[in-house]
Amino acid sequence: MAGEKEILVQVKNLKKYFPIQRGMVFPRHIGDIKAVDGVTFNIFKGETLGLVGETGCGKTTVGRTILHLYLPTDGDVFFKDTNLCDLGEAELRHRRRDMQMIFQDPYASLSPRMTVGSILSTPLEVHRIARGKEKTERVEELLNLVGLNPQFVNRYPHEFSGGQRQRIGIARALALNPDLVICDEPISSLDVSIQAQVVNLLEELQDKLGLTYLFIAHDLSMVRHISDRMAVMYLGKIMELTGRDEIYLNPLHPYTQALMSAVPVPDPDASKMRKRVILEGDIPSPANPPKGCNFSTRCPVARERCQQETPELRELKPGHYVACHFAEDYL
Amino acid sequence: MSVLLEIRDLKTRFYTEDGVVHAVNGISYTMNEEETLGVVGESGCGKSVHALSIMRLIPDPPGKIENGEVWFSGRDLLTLDEHTMRSIRGADIAMIFQDPMTSLNPVYTVGFQIMEALKLHQGMDDNQAQERAGELLAMVGIPEAQQRLDDYPHQFSGGMRQRAMIAMGLSCNPRLLIADEPTTALDVTIQAQIVELVRRLQEKFGMAVMWITHDLGVVAELADTINVMYAGMIIERGKVRDIYKRTAHPYTIGLLGSLPRLDEEPGTKLMAIPGLPPDLLKKPVGCPFAPRCIYRVQQCLEELPVLENTGDKDHIVACWQWEEIAERNR
Repeated sequence: MAGEKEILVQVKNLKKYFPIQRGMVFPRHIGDIKAVDGVTFNIFKGETLGLVGETGCGKTTVGRTILHLYLPTDGDVFFKDTNLCDLGEAELRHRRRDMQMIFQDPYASLSPRMTVGSILSTPLEVHRIARGKEKTERVEELLNLVGLNPQFVNRYPHEFSGGQRQRIGIARALALNPDLVICDEPISSLDVSIQAQVVNLLEELQDKLGLTYLFIAHDLSMVRHISDRMAVMYLGKIMELTGRDEIYLNPLHPYTQALMSAVPVPDPDASKMRKRVILEGDIPSPANPPKGCNFSTRCPVARERCQQETPELRELKPGHYVACHFAEDYL
Repeated sequence: MSVLLEIRDLKTRFYTEDGVVHAVNGISYTMNEEETLGVVGESGCGKSVHALSIMRLIPDPPGKIENGEVWFSGRDLLTLDEHTMRSIRGADIAMIFQDPMTSLNPVYTVGFQIMEALKLHQGMDDNQAQERAGELLAMVGIPEAQQRLDDYPHQFSGGMRQRAMIAMGLSCNPRLLIADEPTTALDVTIQAQIVELVRRLQEKFGMAVMWITHDLGVVAELADTINVMYAGMIIERGKVRDIYKRTAHPYTIGLLGSLPRLDEEPGTKLMAIPGLPPDLLKKPVGCPFAPRCIYRVQQCLEELPVLENTGDKDHIVACWQWEEIAERNR
């Protein structure tokens, strides 16, 4: 399966550390927050790769580092055979035409001083794609595409609801006809009934425009709904990566299993039937991750080896990657 | 089981610069001892305001409880003076809030904040209160509880803070615990811990719990009865199985259809509810959900539907078309 598909993005051993400094006058480097600590994966053209994990697991940082909004500490990001890490500012900016981002907070990510029209035409101007009448037409087309009335073009963001603002954010991301759209928790600040509207819109746009999505969210059921493949992150590392059905039917990593069992199911009969794995404790600090496997401190089946050796992400079945020493036990 | 709480025609409004916000528009229901009630609805449906009205915690001005009665153990809470009300809050009815970071005071230790209620309501001295606070923290599963009493809220993680809030809420053995979105700010694995904890404590102490949330998944596991709210009204209420399996109101159907299920088949399409949440500044004529409802008829735009029984025990719905809709949906 993996061999036939065209790879759009290739992430190799990507690391992003944020330095911790102490001292106001002469800051000293006293450690690192290992937000992303060596992740490797591919995104195939036309697919939706879901990236799930709990708060602070580094999923947003992965998205931003792929776009080089954060410069990676180490590792490579190939986008259509170009290594983004080798590019300079100007080249990078040019490349970003093909990769765009939809942000989590539709309130903070739109400038309150700009009208919808200017928000959507700015990318067209910056990249010298359209001017004058052509630009106006393109803005109108974009608004239609995301289901907003083109007459709203002179309104300001505060005149819109959260769901409508997120549509503006989506239109802005699509203004330059990108190949890859990184959706960073695009629905988590919206109400349930509006979430479904936005997700349906994202699915329609993908069909219509052949987009590739990296869909980052903490809501496991929503990620499973929209994704073709899913990657589960924990404390800066990918724990498991496989197809949407395989990860639900045969999760091989104890963390994935616990995560799945913690998701509430909106069905009183089903939820009484389920066996729950309740994890003890909290996520350790990424500034001081545990020795060995990152999950070993909370893992219900951790053994001595887990505290010593860091497990590599291995392909256990075709297309099914797991980072656990004892994943074979669940096969 | 006997009735613990009875609410009759509660109305709460806010008088703001932009106009009158009709936050709660006449809700009535009863809650039994030891019952778990789920109050479900999207933001701005009045679920939190209705709970704050029960506790008489609505800031006045701009808010005002305009009408209604809240009967709790033989007294109408809305007629009590502030002094008596204070003796009920925290002691008989306790509340835990959504965001444990903003509802704990950052400049006092966690222990001090738990001890405060014990000293005030149970007349304990410092030593007794300290010991009891330690027990409470241990009960909600915080390791080395006695030592952690001296910690400040920022030294606790999100899940631990919510546990501390629960310990505080339970400190005086309340008969009713109102939990206002207690797990919304938490990750799923931590949410599962908290849900399990509340369930265990409820069994142990036999209190009633009102669980306010927008998450239909969480209450499916916890609740006995569910109130579905929209635009400050209860639009459907029933036993948990009836709400999920014999859904009658088009809004509830829409909410359930908007949720992806972890066990869904590939290619399932979400049934989004079209349109926008209601504007509470405008008092609706007719059914508040009518503008977004795909089943609406002329009557829905003109007349406010009344709650009527669906034939299932205790299952009521406010919709002119429910019979046809429920039939089609089954």
